[in-house]
Amino acid sequence: MNKPLPTHNIGGYVPMIDGPEKVSGRAKYTADIVAPGQLAGRIYRSPYSHAEILSVDVSEALKLPGVKAVVTGADCDKGFGVLPIARTEYPLARERVRYRGEPVAAVAAVDDATAREALRRIKLTVRELPAYYTSQAALAPDAVRLHEKKPGNVERDVLFELGSTEQGFAEADLVREGSYNCAEVCQNQMEMHAAVAEYDALRGRMTVHASTQVPYYVHLMLAQILGMDMSHIRVIKPHVGGGFGCRTETLNVELIAALLARKCNGTVRLVTNREETFITHRGRPETDIRLKIGMRKDGRITAVECDCDQRGGAHSGYGVVTILYAGSMLYAIYDLHNVKYVGRRVLTNTPPCGAFRGHGTVDIRFAFESLIDEMAHELGLDPFAVRRANLLNAPTFTDNDLMVNSYGLPECLDWVERKSDWKARKGNLGKGKGLGMACSHYISGASKPVNWTGEPHATVKIKLDFDGSIVVLSGAADIGQGSTTILAQTVAEVLGLDLARVRVVTGDSEVVPKDNGSYSSRVTFMVGNAAVDAARNLKSVLVNAAARKLEARPEDIECLGEIYRAGAQDRGATFDEVVMEALKDCGTIIVTGNYSTIPESHGGKKYRGAAIGGTMGYSYSAQVVEVTVDEETGVITVDKVWVAHDCGKALNRLTVEGQVQGSVWMGMGQAMSEEAAYNDGLMLTANMLDYRVPTIQDSPPIEVGIVESNDPHGPFGAKEAGEGSLAAFLPALTAAIADAIGIRFNDLPVTPDRVFEAIEKRRRKGNGGG
Amino acid sequence: MTRLLEFTLNGRARTDAVADNISLLDFLREQLGLTGTKTGCDGGECGACTVLVDDQPTLSCLTLAVMVAGRRVDTIESLGADGHLSAVQRGFHEKLGSQCGYCTPGFVMASAGLLRRNPNPSDEEILDALGSNICRCTGYVKIIEAVKYAIALHAQGVSA
Repeated sequence: MNKPLPTHNIGGYVPMIDGPEKVSGRAKYTADIVAPGQLAGRIYRSPYSHAEILSVDVSEALKLPGVKAVVTGADCDKGFGVLPIARTEYPLARERVRYRGEPVAAVAAVDDATAREALRRIKLTVRELPAYYTSQAALAPDAVRLHEKKPGNVERDVLFELGSTEQGFAEADLVREGSYNCAEVCQNQMEMHAAVAEYDALRGRMTVHASTQVPYYVHLMLAQILGMDMSHIRVIKPHVGGGFGCRTETLNVELIAALLARKCNGTVRLVTNREETFITHRGRPETDIRLKIGMRKDGRITAVECDCDQRGGAHSGYGVVTILYAGSMLYAIYDLHNVKYVGRRVLTNTPPCGAFRGHGTVDIRFAFESLIDEMAHELGLDPFAVRRANLLNAPTFTDNDLMVNSYGLPECLDWVERKSDWKARKGNLGKGKGLGMACSHYISGASKPVNWTGEPHATVKIKLDFDGSIVVLSGAADIGQGSTTILAQTVAEVLGLDLARVRVVTGDSEVVPKDNGSYSSRVTFMVGNAAVDAARNLKSVLVNAAARKLEARPEDIECLGEIYRAGAQDRGATFDEVVMEALKDCGTIIVTGNYSTIPESHGGKKYRGAAIGGTMGYSYSAQVVEVTVDEETGVITVDKVWVAHDCGKALNRLTVEGQVQGSVWMGMGQAMSEEAAYNDGLMLTANMLDYRVPTIQDSPPIEVGIVESNDPHGPFGAKEAGEGSLAAFLPALTAAIADAIGIRFNDLPVTPDRVFEAIEKRRRKGNGGG
Repeated sequence: MTRLLEFTLNGRARTDAVADNISLLDFLREQLGLTGTKTGCDGGECGACTVLVDDQPTLSCLTLAVMVAGRRVDTIESLGADGHLSAVQRGFHEKLGSQCGYCTPGFVMASAGLLRRNPNPSDEEILDALGSNICRCTGYVKIIEAVKYAIALHAQGVSA
């Protein structure tokens, strides 16, 4: 008899279990929920950047036949926001508007045309106030405060010095400074924001379908804004067409839809257009960085001084966290001591920024890698050698108390160096061609969630019934990254069953356990661990049942997936038989799995906000970028990217590769073409032609090397794969350009006109002796 | 004004009353409930709404419904209707050419259109055919692999 074997489900190339729905158009996104009787929602937005609201006259709109409800700031006096300490934003502006496009009123009407006509009849009367579109302008001593409680228009300042920078710089052989500017960028996920809110007036219950990454936050904010009991609210997350961070916060869209639905006792479908989606924003802030680094001749970094201003927009959003991440995540990639960080999150009259993929780490990493690359050049050191001179000796704790366990950066460096044939090709590619490299890292979920309640970080339930199907219940929000597939794989792996046995139910607060949501790359690590725990608990139930059935001791039972047996000679019992035995005692089985982070991972207390940056496991990435620069036109072509990513253990090589490629490519957009531009507060780039994301024709081959450092705490050793590789592209690109044409760009994006201008400037200098 | 529109949708002849000014996209989604075709932008920027009109990839957001009178329109719902995924659908599924899936119907229809008129396209022809479709998740690497895999499947007789 052939030995039956458990099925293995991790480590291979596994297509997403919800892929067939997506490729056949059957996957329903929020805007696809079309039903008779629905009302169309529309938002009236402020045409002013900063103004005191004198009146919002909606009387003419209400007279229009077909208009069922109009809501304004008068309908809701409660603030919302992702951080409990910064709930200063209203779903509809009250007293003041602070950015152009801020919602002021909203309409529900029988159809979209009527709703649009109603918007035209709303009259907003204001007294205009001075508006500030740059950090510098908002920080001016005489600037009007955007928010009364925020003097100087500083949402949050951060200051820490760990070690002594004075001493560190004194020990350096070379000290260099650089200034960097990274333009504001937008997630621009393919699905525009949408919400469908249904108010059941008979029962006083609200159901909201929302395109969100964190249904739990939407639930909390709906209760707060509507003044409703949480138990009367149901949040459903259908398929979500990407997020990249802008949907980690509850957005005004879902709150306004709910306010409208309640006011008209009906169902309102509120679908924003692309321009509104841009203006709802929550992108990466424009960032100005001044950086000073001390280095010894051997490349060892002796001190770092970093000053960072983020133009945060009109409301806090995630701002406090973003400015803290930028400082804390200087650490945990290299062995740094003597670091001083000064950060300022500035309030400006532009749409609110938020948590964009690589939250808080990307622009700082660009500056840091750029400057050490330049210094390496000046010291005659290879860029790889400088990184290797500063590696951490993991496991360790950083000076700011971040816990680093698995650390695959050395292997990442080796892989990209080898694959790109760096040693032979660097400097030998010919005119206009260059190679550059850089590194980056990211967290596998914040160890302390934003809403710290004392509950486990993640909870997963598994239901097993007479039919033998394994139903995983999880609140984890699949937004395209494949979390649903990973949950199925981890549960199937523990039980040794074929993936087809497992179904995953997510996204409905009435059915699934609460989850902290899909942000900061937490799901595989946190929810994955909870899923493993739940599956082990289920396995233990099944093993006990098998022992009863086979009249053996539980410790003698071998679980082979479809067969449970007591020793090799035993014919054993089939999975279905074991299930029936298990159900005899208690009927339908529901097991729970939990995961809690350990206190050592929670970051420290050395400065205010030092918990930000704490995680159970950091991912690491190294990249080599090859470019060709056309010196006549300034056009840069990225010919190839090699990227190695330490994800601990690839549970699914297909989705890891997809995540890493997507990250690198998104970094390329930020580095080369993407920029949110404003004129008097009006976003000029609020469409997909002016906001230029790379097309398939602009995009290079991206070869991915998976490095497996087997994290001691990760599920099967896994860490995050979806964010850590984004940041390294930016400095690797500018290093490659510098290698190709001898000009280094410290301002992003590096567009052809910027390149052309720099080349021309050098040419003029060469000719005119300037 | 409302007119009668006679056309063939996903292989079936039909007649509908449509407003003069409704786009093919809104007609398909809002009136017929065929929500597989996606709205991704404010007009002609992203390719998510691509459908085939007489086998030619067409942006349904920039096409008035009345313009397809007498013509053959195929949406994502027409593919794999026999219980099997089509070659292009298999490519996007098995090679992870689709992550969040929102741009996928547009990419799949643009790719299907390419294979219908050119079963053996060069790399450059693939890039040309997909150059006006935006994907924000994949970096396109696996989309190209998906299309190449679909070409191979198609060559073995799997419908495009």
